[in-house]
Amino acid sequence: MPRPATLLRLAALALLLAFLIVPQRFAPLFVPFTEYGAPPIYDQGSLPMLALAHLGTVFAATAVSAIVAIGLGILVTRAGGAEFLPLSRTLVNIGQTFPPVAVLAIAVPLVGFGELPTLIALFAYGLLPIFENTLSGLQSCPPAVVEAADGMGMSPRQRLLAVELPLAMPLILEGVRLSLVVNVGTATIGSTVAAKGLGEVIIAGLLSNNTAFILQGGLVTGLMAILLYELMGTVERRILRATHLA
Amino acid sequence: MIEISSLSKVYAEATVVDEVSMVVAGGSITAIVGTSGSGKSTLLRMINRLVEPTRGRVVINGRDAATVPGHLLRREIGYAIQGHGLFPHRTVAENIATVPRLLGWQAARTRARVEELLRIFQLEPAEYGAKFPHQLSGGQQQRVGVARALAAEPRVLLMDEPFGALDPIIRGQAQDDLRDIQRRFGTTVVLVTHDIDEAFRLGDHVGVMSRGRLLQYDRPAMLLTHPADPFVSRLTGTADRALKLLSLTTAAQAMEPGAAAGDGPAVAATDSLRDVLAQLLWSGAAAATVRRPDGSAAGQVTLAGILARGRSD
Amino acid sequence: MVQALHARRRIDRLGALLGVVAMVAATTLPFVVFKANRIASGEPRSLLAALPSAPLLLASVALLAVAAAFVRQARARLAAAVVGVLTVALALAWAADALTPAGNRLVRISPGAGCWLLLLAFALIATDALARLRPGPLARVGALALMAAAMWAAFAAGLFDQLSIMREYAVNASGFGRELRQHVLLALGSVGAATLVGLPLGITCHRVPRVRGAILQVLNLVQTIPSIALFGILMVPLGALATAVPLAADLGINGIGPAPAAVALFLYALLPVVANTVVGLGRVSPVAVDAARGMGLTSWQVLGEIELALALPVIITGIRIVLVQNIGLVTIAALIGGGGLGTYVFQGVGQTAIDLVLLGAIPTVALAFSAAVLLDALVDLTGRAAP
Repeated sequence: MPRPATLLRLAALALLLAFLIVPQRFAPLFVPFTEYGAPPIYDQGSLPMLALAHLGTVFAATAVSAIVAIGLGILVTRAGGAEFLPLSRTLVNIGQTFPPVAVLAIAVPLVGFGELPTLIALFAYGLLPIFENTLSGLQSCPPAVVEAADGMGMSPRQRLLAVELPLAMPLILEGVRLSLVVNVGTATIGSTVAAKGLGEVIIAGLLSNNTAFILQGGLVTGLMAILLYELMGTVERRILRATHLA
Repeated sequence: MIEISSLSKVYAEATVVDEVSMVVAGGSITAIVGTSGSGKSTLLRMINRLVEPTRGRVVINGRDAATVPGHLLRREIGYAIQGHGLFPHRTVAENIATVPRLLGWQAARTRARVEELLRIFQLEPAEYGAKFPHQLSGGQQQRVGVARALAAEPRVLLMDEPFGALDPIIRGQAQDDLRDIQRRFGTTVVLVTHDIDEAFRLGDHVGVMSRGRLLQYDRPAMLLTHPADPFVSRLTGTADRALKLLSLTTAAQAMEPGAAAGDGPAVAATDSLRDVLAQLLWSGAAAATVRRPDGSAAGQVTLAGILARGRSD
Repeated sequence: MVQALHARRRIDRLGALLGVVAMVAATTLPFVVFKANRIASGEPRSLLAALPSAPLLLASVALLAVAAAFVRQARARLAAAVVGVLTVALALAWAADALTPAGNRLVRISPGAGCWLLLLAFALIATDALARLRPGPLARVGALALMAAAMWAAFAAGLFDQLSIMREYAVNASGFGRELRQHVLLALGSVGAATLVGLPLGITCHRVPRVRGAILQVLNLVQTIPSIALFGILMVPLGALATAVPLAADLGINGIGPAPAAVALFLYALLPVVANTVVGLGRVSPVAVDAARGMGLTSWQVLGEIELALALPVIITGIRIVLVQNIGLVTIAALIGGGGLGTYVFQGVGQTAIDLVLLGAIPTVALAFSAAVLLDALVDLTGRAAP
């Protein structure tokens, strides 16, 4: 069963790398989508650099989101933070009704154009899935297990680190995975506010009516998102197997 | 020894445990029985301070429990609960090693103790040590739960419905195991249950709780013959009280000199009179011979003798 | 001892924190930003400088902040917070009126950081109180209707007409209704179509386990493709279709415009609908199904009267997820000429005009929020019958 899937993943990865490194080789494929002799392959910047910038933004923002969201999730599930729990739950629900574009657009007037508004939007939008999953992960620890930890004399800190967090880990990782993939998509929109990234290719295509650009920008980000999703899945399984939760 | 004096727990509106005082003798099993909501679990959890008492004092082996930080106190006291609460992400061996590790035992000592406990609980260390809880049967999980509670050689073991999730056959076996192990280590056990039969079977002393109050705390036979409260007599049952009483007495205690006639069944000195009565009824004999392990006759138990003991005084 | 501590600690920590935030926002941060015209740089104005009646307002904000910290009863806290939100909103409207010279249509007044923070603090207190009250589904819908009515009344009365965002609205008034309709149409249409297709697909997945994995995997894959990329990719086949089949072009199917957006939104919506249908049907108690069969219900009757009825709350939860998600995603459709409220967002970004951005963003959030409240209520109502 896993064999063909693995092959497919490797093929997708090879295709993505090949296109990023030697895009001109693919030019004949894109020529039919151009008009009036427009360039078939994006020529206003280096594709590998854009891809790296894109990934860099996504990873940086998601890492910060993860730290903040997991920290908050832990805080509101401790006895001292319980007063903040109902509000934080509701906020997570309301937060999900904010479209990422709106977060991005509102950040621009506050911090100007460039990477920063994109980072802020990705950070804010990445918080939600991780926070929500941290909460449900920590709250779904079987009460008998938590009670046993207390009953054996673990301090609250030991209980958190040795029992609750490891048990919540699968859900937390799933939240991080979700955030990463959503952020790859949202980062493309960042190009409308002049952040470096693969959205540039699509926007350039839209502005110059060059379907070839739109298509290759879409394919590259799509492939990247899918590969990242799969990669995170593998990382997750590895971690879970190492901690025996699989 | 655990001395509990005027212990109470009051939540905003309700008094859950109301002025309970009792002394649990060292090296004995005390069973606390009551309906759900009677406050029995809260009482138990105040002993290791999982619940902080509102009023009153708990003194364990001469030391006031309130003078020790809660989590340090709990490392010295074994704790086993219904549904075992094993850590699903740790192996059986790691689970059992939890408290020794918290106490900073040397790895070799911990390993030896884990293996000893696994053997005592009839789980071959090589086979079961590396397994995960979900790979065990319900009865095995429960045994590991008790083994984990005993890992750091606690002098006191608290158990909250430890056998509640087991089916009747495994349950009986687990109860026998607990008796054996308690004798072997001389542990002081306080056990909470809603099952009066379990309380009678295990408890050297039985406490009956209702609505936060300790109604009676005595030897099991006294609860049957001298119930202090209508609730106690209802709980101990009216219909089969005589049979319960018989099950608390062994053949050795009711033995008379002589040997039964040829058709009389043979019983062991440790069999309960309830079992002996069942054998007599089944075989139609009037007396049973009590045999020593080597097969020789030690005496006899007669039907008339049993009937006399089953009567209320 | 612990009990005594609880009794002594009468202060609500969340309320106290938010109360302090409100006080700091009211006294130190600019309440409004004043611009001589649309492109002039803004000058911050504090509450005291913006409003003649400011001391009175500050006093009421302080009173409400104290109430938030010390009143522990949820209903009273909710009332205080609602009064707070209304007070700040009115103060904003009055400040705009006071700062705008009579007849001047060039001056731009926008809410400042202090105003936003005040609104946020009071809204959070209200949200917290609501979360603790746990109102039933009908009460929630009622509260939403009340909020909508209050907003509508405020706009109808022209309360906020001097604010910059309403100036932007006035400029775009002719097109706003059209874009709003387009937005709702795209979101509802795509989710509606996805429900029509996804429900049978989900039932198939449930009944034929062999195809389940494959279908869910493909839909999962579609979800991971970034929206902007999917919009772009879909432009190609739809454009080709329009060129090859003139009838399609006549019907409005085109490479640029709402068609690729509608198709992409439909594809995004499929996964949650199908997945939740499968989960919902999977959770139906086999005993109930068995009993229904035993009583002689046909396979279709079992599906309709037992399985789907019991799975309904989970299925509606799926629809709620996609509806909220698609209302947000429609904004991106504006990039490929699909219209909708995103048009204002991207125009605003292009002109660095935050008020224009807000003209697109605020209604979008309001739409998504309303959809979430309404469908959550529906989930609760349908879930009542099931255990």
